[in-house]
Amino acid sequence: MARTLTILQAINEALDQEMARDSSVIVMGEDVVGGSGAEGEMDAWGGPLGVTKGLYGKYGDRMLDTPITESAFIGAAVGAAASGLRPVAELMFSDFVGVCFDQIYNQAAKFRYMFGGRAETPVVVRTMYGAGLRAAAQHSQSPYSIFTHVPGLKCVMPVTPYDAKGLLIQAIRDNDPVIFFEHKGLYETEGEVPEQSYSIPFGEANVVREGNDVSIISLGLMVHRSLEAAETLAGEGIQCEVVDLRTTSPLDEDTVLESAENTGRVVVVDEAPPRCSIATDISALIAQHAFDALEAPISLVTAPHTPVPFAGVLEDQYMPDAARIATAVRSVAGYA
Amino acid sequence: MALTKDELLKAYRLMRTIREFEERVHVEFAAGEIEGFVHLYAGEEACAVGVMLNLTKADRIASTHRGHGHCIAKGVDVPAMMAEIYGRATGSCRGKGGSMHIADLDAGMMGANGIVGGGPPLICGAALAAKVQGTRQVGVAFIGDGASNQGTTFESMNLATVWNLPAIFVAENNGYAEATAADYAIGAGSLADRAEGFGMPAATVDGHDFFAVHEAAGEAIRRARSGDGPSFIECQVNRYYGHYEGDAQTYRPPGEAEAARANHDCLDMFAGRVTKSAGIEREELDDIDRAVAALIDGAVSSAKADPAPAASEFLTDVYVDY
Repeated sequence: MARTLTILQAINEALDQEMARDSSVIVMGEDVVGGSGAEGEMDAWGGPLGVTKGLYGKYGDRMLDTPITESAFIGAAVGAAASGLRPVAELMFSDFVGVCFDQIYNQAAKFRYMFGGRAETPVVVRTMYGAGLRAAAQHSQSPYSIFTHVPGLKCVMPVTPYDAKGLLIQAIRDNDPVIFFEHKGLYETEGEVPEQSYSIPFGEANVVREGNDVSIISLGLMVHRSLEAAETLAGEGIQCEVVDLRTTSPLDEDTVLESAENTGRVVVVDEAPPRCSIATDISALIAQHAFDALEAPISLVTAPHTPVPFAGVLEDQYMPDAARIATAVRSVAGYA
Repeated sequence: MALTKDELLKAYRLMRTIREFEERVHVEFAAGEIEGFVHLYAGEEACAVGVMLNLTKADRIASTHRGHGHCIAKGVDVPAMMAEIYGRATGSCRGKGGSMHIADLDAGMMGANGIVGGGPPLICGAALAAKVQGTRQVGVAFIGDGASNQGTTFESMNLATVWNLPAIFVAENNGYAEATAADYAIGAGSLADRAEGFGMPAATVDGHDFFAVHEAAGEAIRRARSGDGPSFIECQVNRYYGHYEGDAQTYRPPGEAEAARANHDCLDMFAGRVTKSAGIEREELDDIDRAVAALIDGAVSSAKADPAPAASEFLTDVYVDY
């Protein structure tokens, strides 16, 4: 039975169902409960945006507020994962990875390989990313390419409530470290979500709109903006195929290449800066493996190579929008 | 708690095994038989063994780049360790880890670690798992004087207190973080004072003295097991070799390591004490020495003869197989 939920509610439901199903699932992070040790109410916040609200009442000690010490608690989640638990750690903003990257990059990501296949680290790091909330340079980045670069990590970025629930359940049950990116501009996005538990396999991109003229390969919030552009372009007679990568590691190379071969014209849309990014990675993939099918140069629509600015007029320019995406598509579609 | 004769002989055998292992790796490395970065634990054996004799197999430890001693004391298979150092398919990590990453989670050994200060957060996690699952197990984070200054160590000591974790932090202060003196790099009167600032009891012991380490660790581990939270122990010790094999150690005063070896060697101290007062004969220790020498000889011969990892292993175990 499906109901309409927001992404925020879908994530909460996934955590709730997995915690109910498996007592080894614990949640930790800054204010995931909120109120620990204070004299007021517990579960005062339930996460900075209320994503984990209500879980403390059901799961008590398996919901752990942490000091603001990301190295210690992300590392503790990694150590607990290697010791039999399935921790879901919340790194409040993905920008904060700067203070705890070692525990993700040198520890969690490497245990399986470095220990000869004799270690499992089933940890999930849930983390907010993305611009658009005037949160400025240290709370607005989209650093998924940094994590995608690291062998051993899996990187997931849902854009619908259905995907958020199914991919998070998969992340929790997965026996590798998973970085689960939640765009702060998408929490209120609504969609149908089944009540029952289900999981979505990693490495399966989603063709969210079919079309034969131009492929728009995208991820995160940019999928919604790409769909918006595609709608406008359809009115102009340009039919876009929009691909939501859903996971950048593992990457569904087949779906990306099939789409590129189908249309021969490709625009890649990425909210992050352009160097060494998902956009350049997808572009290289297509150039290497679908070169003969291309009828136009691949076009990248990305943020500029700058930090995220604060002022609205600047931040709005920073993020690719439907108009910029449409302009790129028209150019690619018209290339002869 | 008085140790039985069997326990004392076990302690001696473990310390002797570590010493023999490290002395042999030193020789083999110099002969060009071993590649990569190797950090030897010789001189510090009483720290690992003094702690580990208080642990069960299920208890967990996190180690450092200088990890061979911790591995041996925690029960990691010695020939497999040697094979790992030689990069063999038969190694603890199938040749994919090397000296700095020997691990055996089944033995409760969460890995030597190439990152100074990498271990303490992991041990908070192991201790948290024990607490959540109600196992009464404990976690021990070994750090050096170098890692004692790392933010991860401070954060972890704080977290261990905040969550009242069954965690023990054991700092092996061998006087040098690589080539920089602990006296220079530690901005505090003592590590124990600093640990007390994080709200946990702390002890400072002679790290060459097995009995001192064993007693302090025993108290800390009992405390952790009974739910009374974390503790800190500083073991003051000497390392007999350089930071890494090949280190000329010109930063040390001439004769420092030799003097420690001559006057303050953990094996000599242990043997002297148990042959005087514990009813152990020197011959019993000599028998252990011979058995250990044979074990290490065998480990080196088999490591040299063992196969390198198969080419098919190159791309495996990055991710779980579904």
